[in-house]
Amino acid sequence: MNTQALFGQLLIGLINGSFYALLSLGLAVIFGLLNIINFTHGAQYMIGAFVAYFLLNKAGLGYWWALVITPFAVGALGVIIERTMLSRLYKLDHLYGLLLTFGLALIFEGAFHHEFGSAGLPYSMPESLQGVQNLGFMYLPNYRAWVIVASLAICITTWFVIERTKLGAYLRAATENPSLVQAFGVNVPRMITLTYGAGVGLAALAGVFAAPIYQVSPLMGSSLIIVVFAVVVIGGMGSIMGSILTGFGLGIIEGLTKYFYPQASSTVIFVIMAIVLMIRPQGLFGQR
Amino acid sequence: MTFKLKTLAAAAALALSAAGPVQAQISGNVVKIGVLNDQTALYADLGGQGSVIAAKMAVEDFKAKEKGLNVEVIFADHQNKPDVGTQIANKWIDSDGVDVIVDVPTSSVALAVNEVVRGKHKVFINSGAASSDLTGSKCSPNTVHWTYDTWMLANGTGKAIVQTGGKTWFFITADYAFGHALERDTTEVVKKMGGSVLGGVKVPLQTQDFSSFLLQAQSSKAQIIGLANAGGDTINSIKQAAEFGITKGGQNLAGLLVFLSDIHGIGLDKAQGLILTETFYWDLNDQTRAWSKRFAAANGGKYPTMVQAGVYAGVLHYLKAVAAIKSDDGDKVVAEMKKLPTDDPLFGKGTIREDGRKIHNAYLFEVKKPSESKGPYDYYKLRATIPAAEAFRPLKDGGCSLVK
Amino acid sequence: MSEQAGDHQAHDPSWERRYERNAFIVLFVVFVAMPAFIYPRFGSQLLCFALFACAFNLLIGFGGLLSFGHSMFFGMSAYFCAYLAKSGLAIGAIGLKIPPFPVELAIVGAVLATAVLGLVTGLLAIKRQGIYFAMITLALAQMVYFFCLQAPFTGGEDGIQSVPRGKALGLFDLNDPLVMYYFVFVIFFAGFGLIHRIIHSPFGQVLKAIRENEPRAISLGYRTERYKLAAFVLSATLAGLAGAAKAIVAQNASLTDVHWSMSGEVVLMTLLGGMGTVFGPVVGALVIISMQFYLAELGSWVTITQGIIFVVCVLAFRRGIVGEIEAWLRKRRKPG
Repeated sequence: MNTQALFGQLLIGLINGSFYALLSLGLAVIFGLLNIINFTHGAQYMIGAFVAYFLLNKAGLGYWWALVITPFAVGALGVIIERTMLSRLYKLDHLYGLLLTFGLALIFEGAFHHEFGSAGLPYSMPESLQGVQNLGFMYLPNYRAWVIVASLAICITTWFVIERTKLGAYLRAATENPSLVQAFGVNVPRMITLTYGAGVGLAALAGVFAAPIYQVSPLMGSSLIIVVFAVVVIGGMGSIMGSILTGFGLGIIEGLTKYFYPQASSTVIFVIMAIVLMIRPQGLFGQR
Repeated sequence: MTFKLKTLAAAAALALSAAGPVQAQISGNVVKIGVLNDQTALYADLGGQGSVIAAKMAVEDFKAKEKGLNVEVIFADHQNKPDVGTQIANKWIDSDGVDVIVDVPTSSVALAVNEVVRGKHKVFINSGAASSDLTGSKCSPNTVHWTYDTWMLANGTGKAIVQTGGKTWFFITADYAFGHALERDTTEVVKKMGGSVLGGVKVPLQTQDFSSFLLQAQSSKAQIIGLANAGGDTINSIKQAAEFGITKGGQNLAGLLVFLSDIHGIGLDKAQGLILTETFYWDLNDQTRAWSKRFAAANGGKYPTMVQAGVYAGVLHYLKAVAAIKSDDGDKVVAEMKKLPTDDPLFGKGTIREDGRKIHNAYLFEVKKPSESKGPYDYYKLRATIPAAEAFRPLKDGGCSLVK
Repeated sequence: MSEQAGDHQAHDPSWERRYERNAFIVLFVVFVAMPAFIYPRFGSQLLCFALFACAFNLLIGFGGLLSFGHSMFFGMSAYFCAYLAKSGLAIGAIGLKIPPFPVELAIVGAVLATAVLGLVTGLLAIKRQGIYFAMITLALAQMVYFFCLQAPFTGGEDGIQSVPRGKALGLFDLNDPLVMYYFVFVIFFAGFGLIHRIIHSPFGQVLKAIRENEPRAISLGYRTERYKLAAFVLSATLAGLAGAAKAIVAQNASLTDVHWSMSGEVVLMTLLGGMGTVFGPVVGALVIISMQFYLAELGSWVTITQGIIFVVCVLAFRRGIVGEIEAWLRKRRKPG
C-alpha cells in the first residue's frame, strides 16, 4: 500500500470530519439541551450559505463579514421559529417537534428551490484563502486547512461554553429541571429560545464555510442532513463532545472507505449508526 | 379531471378516424407537441423552459398556420423520475391529445417514455437523454434520437484526446448504469486507439466531496482524468479539481458529459482547459449565431445548449413530415422523418437512420481561458470536427431490431 | 402519540360500530364509483398509496411507533414484484430458473420477501422507542436505499421499467385501465379488511394497551416486545402489498419508492388524515396524491404545500381530517 496516498486520504478524511463536526454541532446543542430533533437543520445550513451569497453579491460584503453576520441573521430566524411554533409543542410528545421541523424544512427548501432552481450558485473563494500548499504527498488547499482550524476552534469553544461556564451550567440545569431553575429567578423560556437560536446560528455558520467549496444550492442541506443525524446519533444525542469526536472520527473512517472500497462510502455511516443504535442506543458518549 | 363522457367522445373520434379508409387526418385537428423535461432540478438549465421556447420557435419558423396546420405546444416537469414521466406521458396521450413528446433528459425517464410512446403509436423525439440504447437494444419505430448519445461522447472525446497525446487515463465514474456505460464505451475507444487505462474509482451518485477520489486520480499519474458523470457531480468534480491543483501536476480533465450550461455555472477560471464534445455551439457559424441571438432574447439572455437546439431542429423536421403526409399518425410520421433528409440552420444537412438515430457532425471543444473570452457564453474554442459519418455508432453494431 | 378523537368521552360501542359500518359503506361506494370521475390509472395509484398509509398507520396509530423508514418496505416490495414479473427468478447456485411470474404470484412473492425484511429490520428496531426508534428506522431505510442504488437487479438510477401486467388469474386483462383499477380495488379492500380485523382482535386490544401505557401492560404479564414486533412486521408486510401493487399499476419500480422523502410522505398522509383513525390514512392519501398530481406543473409548490400542511397539522390540527370529523360526530351523538 502506498503510504503517501494513505496519508493524503487520512488528511482529506480529517478535513471532511472537521466539516461534519462543525455541521453537527448545532444539531447536538439543540438536541442535547432541548430534546428537540431539529430536522430544519439542513435547511438552515442552506439558508446560511445563501445569506453569505447575498451579502457578497448584493451588499458587497465578503466572506469575513458573512462569517460574523450570517449566524446572527439566521439565528434570529431560529428565535422566531422557536417563539411562534416550537414552544407550543413542549408539552407534547417529542415526535411532534420532529414533524414540525420536518415540515419547516420542506417549506424552506421548496421556497428556495422555486426561486433559485437547483443548479447552484457560485460563491468565490476569498482571496486570502486561495492557493495550495504542496505537502509532497498531496496539494492541500489553503481553504481546507482553514476549515480544519476554524472548525476545531468553534467546536471547542462551544463545548467549553456549555460544559464549563456558568451560562452553560444554567442552560443544562434549565433543561433538566425547568421549574426549579425558574424558581431561582432564571428566565427559562428565554434561555431555551436563545439556545435554539444559537444552534440554528451554528448551522448557518457551517453554511458559510461550505459556500466557497460546495454548490450554493437549495438542495445542499437535504443531502447532508441525514449524515449529520447519523453523526449526532452515533456520538450520543446528549453529548456535545460526542458529536465533535464522532464528526472527526467518521470523516476519517469515510475517507478510508473511499480509499479501500469506495462504493460503500455512502453506506458506511449508516451501518455504523444502525450498529451503535442497537448496541448502545444512547450513543458512544451519551448518557441515558 | 377527465369526465368519462369526454374520454368516450375522444375514443369514438379516434376509432372513427382509424376505422375509416386510409384517410390522412390530423387527430383532433390539432398537432399537439408536449415538451417533457426537468423544469426545476439539475437539468433545468440544460433544457427546461429553454426547450419549450425552442419548440415554439420551430413552430413559428415552420409557419404552421399558413400551411393549414394547427399546432400547440405544452410542457411539463418530469422531475427526473421515471414514475412521474410515465404518468405524464400516459395522461398526455390518453386524455390530452398529445401527438409527439420531445426532449426528456435523464436516461431512465427517456427509456420509460420510449416504451409508453411505442405502445401507443405516437412520436418521441428525444434530445436530452444520453442512453445509446434508445437506438440500440431499445430502438423503436416511434422514436427519433436527436442531438447526442453516450457512444458519440465516448468516441468523440476519447478518440480525439488519445490522438492528441492523452494516452493514459484514470476514470472517476458515477456508480450507476449511465456512468458505467460511459466509462465502458470510453475505455473501449481509448484502448482501440492505443491508450491505456491506469485505474478508476466508482463514486456514489450525488457525492458532494470528490477530494478523496481526485487525490487517487492524482497519485495514479494518469495524463487524463476522465469524468464519467453528469450534472452536479461533474460540476463538483471540476470545481474541486481546480481547488486541489490537479492541473498543476500536469494532468488534464476530460468531461465526458458536459454542457454549455455547466461551464456557465462553473466559471472559466475553474473550467479552463477542459475538453468536451458537443454537437452544437452557438458560435459555430452565421446561421447558428443568428438563431442563438433570437433564442437568447426570448430566454432571458441565456444562450442555447445543444439539447435546446436539438428540440428546435427535431420539432421543425417533425412538422415537415406531418405536412408532407398530412397525418399525425405516429408510425407514419416517423417513417416519413426517416425518408426526408433533414436541413436546419443549427445542425445543417443530415439524415435520420433506420434505428432512429439522427446523424450530424460532432465537435471537439476546449474551454477557453478567462483571458480568451469576450463575454458570457463565449466559452469554447474548436479543436476538431468529427464528420457525421464517423461520429455515431455504426448501424450494425447497435443491436437494433429495426435494422435488417 | 396520537390523540384519539373522543378518548375522554363515554365510549358507546354500538354507536362506534354503526359509525364504522356507515363510514365503510361510504368508502366502498366512493371507490366503486371512482372511475366515473377520475382517470382510472390515477385511481389505481391512489388505492396503492391509501393502502400504504393504512399500513403505516397500523404501526403509529395503533402501535404508537413512528417509523421514518417505511419507504424501505414499500419500495423494496415494488422492486421485488417488478423483478419477478419481468424476469422471473434465477439462482445459479442451486440451478433454479423460473420464467417471469404471473401477476398474482409476483405480488405474493414480493409480499413474502418484504415480510422477511420487516422481520429482520423489526428485530433490530423494536428494542428502542420514540425518537431512537424513528432514527433507527431512518438509518435502516437509508441502507436499503443505497443497496437499491447499487444492486444490479434494481437497475440503479434507471429502475425497473416496462413491468408486464398480463392477466389476473389468467382471465382479466390488466392492460385495460378499468380492469386494473378493480384488481387493485380488491387488493386494497383485502388489506383494509385485514387491518380492520387486526385492530378489533384481542391482539389489537393489547397493542392499544401497550401504546397507552407500556409499563402497565408489562406488569400485567404481556411480552410487549413481541406484540410490537408483530405489529411492525404486519405493518411492513401490508406496506409491501401496497408497493407490489404500485409496481404493477405504474409498471415500474424506481429509487423514488425507497427514498426517505417517500417515508416522509406517508407520515404526512397519515398525519393529515388522522393518526389512529381507521379511515384517516385513506383520506390523507387521497388529498396528498391528488395534490401532487394536479399541482405537478407547479414544481416546488408541491413541496412547499406539503411543508405547510405538516406545520399546520402539528400545531393546530393534530387529529387530522377524519379525527376532527369523528370528534365532531361524537360530540353530536345522543348521550348514552
